Amino acid sequence: MTFDRRAIIAFAGGIVILLAFLYAGNALAALLHLPLPGSVLGMVMLAAALHLRIIRPEWVKPAAELLIRHMSLLYIPPGVGVMAYFGLIRREWLPLVAAGVAGMVAVMLVVGLLQQRMERRG
Amino acid sequence: MGDAPAAALAIAATVAVYLVAQRLYARVRHPLLNPLLLAITTLIVLLEASGVGYERYDRGGRLISYWLGPAVVALGVPLHAQLREIARRGRAMLVSILAGSVVGIVSGTVTALLLGAPRALVLSVAPRSVTTPIAMGVARELGGIPPLTAVLVISSGVLGAVAGPALMRLARIRSRTAWGLAMGSAAHGIGTARAVEEGEVEGATSGLAIGLMGLATAILAPPIVAALLKLFAVR
Repeated sequence: MTFDRRAIIAFAGGIVILLAFLYAGNALAALLHLPLPGSVLGMVMLAAALHLRIIRPEWVKPAAELLIRHMSLLYIPPGVGVMAYFGLIRREWLPLVAAGVAGMVAVMLVVGLLQQRMERRG
Repeated sequence: MGDAPAAALAIAATVAVYLVAQRLYARVRHPLLNPLLLAITTLIVLLEASGVGYERYDRGGRLISYWLGPAVVALGVPLHAQLREIARRGRAMLVSILAGSVVGIVSGTVTALLLGAPRALVLSVAPRSVTTPIAMGVARELGGIPPLTAVLVISSGVLGAVAGPALMRLARIRSRTAWGLAMGSAAHGIGTARAVEEGEVEGATSGLAIGLMGLATAILAPPIVAALLKLFAVR
């Protein structure tokens, strides 16, 4: 990583833009009572703003790429949070595990196979 | 230890464990050594052994997970780059996601019902197949236990990220948009973190799948679950 001043400013600017879209998404979701997290709305709005050339890709790219590359890191604390429910999990582990595995496998196969088949036909 | 040093220590430990797990995975490339799974188990073992507990750890932990919001927004960049590709398959994607949402609600709920799970647990399982904040909201609405739903969502995500690529290889899912869409709808954000490793198309469609799946499930879960409870005569 190089620490020249321009790169740092570009990076900070990108973070500010991402946060602005996040809070705009949160506000919109609350305003319209949408059952979606603000971050997902912010994602769609950012793609739209890039498409309409309101935002230039190079303004957000450095910050966006860093966050996307290390997205796994951000899921570690909520993952560790599973330990707070060990008691409940121990009592009801069978339905929990079975429902979790069945659901994950079923959704992945249905979505993946259906999508692939329709793409080939279309 | 005061709050600030404890938080700093939690952040440092998380980042250190993550970096080591990444290195190890880069060298060995075994799906069971998935860096996220490895980091989570290592930290849980450390926290249990040292008696620190989750609550104290999370004072620092939540400063890391805060960035999930901006990271999801950041997926707008690959989404924009892939817009043309995605728009061309837009209708197919809506159909696949709708089917996936119904299958997700029904499969989890029916499995729990068949295994004789209590009502509150069934209601916590039902919205399992969407990203955490949406799932917890739906669980609350249904009368389930939101934190339990969160646990399920996160473990499904880890399972999907770890076992998903092999499962899709077996099923011969080769289209990159189908791969990304399936990963995002079955394993949400954690799956998306895995999908971005695969490529830009996979990452963008996976990110999009989180939103579409969440919307479909938030709308479809209440009526489907009500019908299933009636069918299985659960009161």
